[in-house]
Amino acid sequence: MKLALALLCLALALVSLAIGPVDLVAIHARDPDLARSLLLELRLPRAGLALAIGAGLGGAGAATQALLRNPLASPDVLGPSTGAALGAVLAGYFLGAGVIGMAAGGIIGALAALLLLLALAGAGAGSTRLVLAGVAVATLLGVAINLALGLAPSPFALYDLMTWLMGSLADRTLPQLLLAAPLILAGLALLVRAAPALDALALGEEVAQSLGIATASLNRRIIIAVALATGAGVAVAGSIGFIGLVVPHIVRPRVGHRPGAAILPAALAGAALLTAADIAVRLLPLDLKLGVLTALLGAPFFLWLILKGR
Amino acid sequence: MLEAVALARPPMLEAVTLALQPGTLNGVIGPNGAGKTTLLKALAGLSGGPGQLLLDGKPFAPHPRRLAWLPASREAVWPMTAAALVALGLGPGAPPDPAAVSAALGACDAATLAGRPVSQLSTGERARVLLARALVARPGWLLLDEPIANLDPGHRLDVLALLRAEAARGAGVVLALHDLDLAARCDRLLLIDRGRLVADGPPAQVLSSANLADVFGVARGDGGWQRC
Repeated sequence: MKLALALLCLALALVSLAIGPVDLVAIHARDPDLARSLLLELRLPRAGLALAIGAGLGGAGAATQALLRNPLASPDVLGPSTGAALGAVLAGYFLGAGVIGMAAGGIIGALAALLLLLALAGAGAGSTRLVLAGVAVATLLGVAINLALGLAPSPFALYDLMTWLMGSLADRTLPQLLLAAPLILAGLALLVRAAPALDALALGEEVAQSLGIATASLNRRIIIAVALATGAGVAVAGSIGFIGLVVPHIVRPRVGHRPGAAILPAALAGAALLTAADIAVRLLPLDLKLGVLTALLGAPFFLWLILKGR
Repeated sequence: MLEAVALARPPMLEAVTLALQPGTLNGVIGPNGAGKTTLLKALAGLSGGPGQLLLDGKPFAPHPRRLAWLPASREAVWPMTAAALVALGLGPGAPPDPAAVSAALGACDAATLAGRPVSQLSTGERARVLLARALVARPGWLLLDEPIANLDPGHRLDVLALLRAEAARGAGVVLALHDLDLAARCDRLLLIDRGRLVADGPPAQVLSSANLADVFGVARGDGGWQRC
């Protein structure tokens, strides 16, 4: 399944590179340099970010569900994505930072959310306390975003802010890709390495401890990795919801419902899904934001999960 | 030998010092809330607190081959198959061992459940699968919190026989249980009352009429157990 998903990602990335407002082949015939810079500076960042951010959200979703032993958990409940959004908003609109400054602000925001979460939950916190602290942090930061919206320096800034929060990959640049992708990949690498321990955590925290897993340190490592895998993406692309919630549900039955083993396939499926969604956004006649489309697809799926479980 | 040196978990458990021998079946009995689970968890190295836990003279460090812990909870979050769940007991990163998994499931009379999602099993069936998970790595020590609580009378006797066989292969078995008739079949009983170890010894001595009346408020009459 991993190979098939990787090939699907590759195929979708090629499609993503091929589509756009202009025909690259025709431009290449007239001006090869222009075609190359269009490909490298506009389309490659877009395709690369879709793959990286989708992978980060999918993998972090699977890991969060495994850590909290709750199939309805998602990275959003731990707060780093909200923290990243707040950090990017503050950097972008109140410090006047550019796109790189916003990305850096987003990453700082994700880490700050995380530190707040760890401080609130306390050392050696179990998963219940982590969820409660995460919900508190996410709510607090969400309120702070609303406050920032209310204090926007001008109506135009407010409009930009709202649009950015909806999530989009349009007009992203190569430096943004080069900043976000390594952080996301580092987070994913940490998550994949923790996969066997997360499988064992399916037996409960006490049993995992008796199998030799230091659960408090595992909790901390997973939270840091989830912040890296999601925070950098939110910082560059804004909020893209539901991928982290939905994708693990699609892949987990195919790995025998082992929560840790689902992380890598969920990352690949998340990359494929977000790239496909980003292609759809560009092909659809409406001006739909990427984050809106993923929510439009994800919310009914979530409802179906609830109805199925009833 | 598993040794507890002044092991305490205030306020649930006062300091306990005892040594448990491998190859024996040890029962922990006491009324609800007396501290049986607290004692078992402390003996499994799962909770922090005063005192020391020594395994063969060295400070205890958890490992799947050293000691297995079976909690009283019979919950399973993910609908994985019984065989996949049992395999997790081999420990994270351990090589797959299908032979050990089927042997453990077979020993717990759960071979026919191997391919079924644990979420679809009855509580008693799941209890047997979870016991197989604890046995699969053939640990030196088995610390089991009420392993027979959800089982029918036949399977209770089967599990007790299985634990007796585990002791015979050299494992140390410590189990909490409420069935005093089955407790009488252990080699040694630890009687806990209000966080204190009040009696420790062979069943005939621990299950004295005085202890049963004091701690449980029961007596054995003509028609079976009666309140006193």
